[in-house]
Amino acid sequence: MDPSVPITDPLPWYIAGPLLGLFVPAMLLLTGKEPGVSSSFRHACAVLPGAKAIDYFNYKVLKDGLWQILFVVGILLGGTLVQFGLGGAGVPLLLDINLTGLGLLGLFVGGIAVGFGTRWADGCTSGHTISGISNLSLSSVIASACFIVGGTAASLVDRFVFGGLVP
Amino acid sequence: MSDTTLNATSSKAVSVVAWWKYPLWLLMGLGFGAVLTKAQVISVIRVRRMFAFQEPHMFLVIGAAVVTGVISMLIVRALRKTKTDVSGQPMEFKKRPFQTGIVAGGLLFGVGWYFTAACPGPIYALIGTGTWTAFAILAGALVGAFLYGWLKPKLPH
Repeated sequence: MDPSVPITDPLPWYIAGPLLGLFVPAMLLLTGKEPGVSSSFRHACAVLPGAKAIDYFNYKVLKDGLWQILFVVGILLGGTLVQFGLGGAGVPLLLDINLTGLGLLGLFVGGIAVGFGTRWADGCTSGHTISGISNLSLSSVIASACFIVGGTAASLVDRFVFGGLVP
Repeated sequence: MSDTTLNATSSKAVSVVAWWKYPLWLLMGLGFGAVLTKAQVISVIRVRRMFAFQEPHMFLVIGAAVVTGVISMLIVRALRKTKTDVSGQPMEFKKRPFQTGIVAGGLLFGVGWYFTAACPGPIYALIGTGTWTAFAILAGALVGAFLYGWLKPKLPH
């Protein structure tokens, strides 16, 4: 990402937040599904040849997961639409430190934590925090608190133990 | 809500997915991703400032989304006793039982979220913006999901 991109104000929280929340009733009423993203990682693994030998990946991806694959492809296209059609995000998206080999390795390792963690918790910020809490799931409240605690702890360790590996 | 659906005795009657849902899921994703991007929820700067408690933007976006979701779903549940969508298929409320992974996996994901500055939705949106470094995060996430599936029988749940 071009580090020279200046930081401008985001779409305000009082517009963005309610819009994101309304995807829960909209998707349930129109399509019968709750917004969720992290199961898409499972679908991607489940289509690999031989993956069906593992119980967790032994299901019919096209039957159970096609809707979600379409949803995440849509999310990708949403990023494209904003970037090239609606004036961009208006803020640097990744810092240039990530462009080094070590930075990429860091993103990869962090990605493993994201994939492993969201599958173990059975949901991410969309599945648990937005959809789960909207449907009054207590586990989702606990999961969401853990997301924030984990991220905050990582931030503290990064700053006070490693002296700020990430800017 | 059609009579056919209400009178259906077998679930087979409503098990065929209406064709128009497929483009709709794509469109829903498009809208979701566009809002994530425009609200800068996918930006490393906003995520770092959230976890350092330097600015409230991310917390306010998430909080407003949750409050809106809770209130709107209370209304939906009160007004739509059939618990079906407009095509007559059931609204699928995913069961999320409490288990060890809610805490352990949740904490682990939080750490990953801090270091990558991307939760799963933004990973896809970032790739869509042409931020190619997000492929490294996606590759990691797929490896992580695979490792979880492989180790699942040995993990506490």
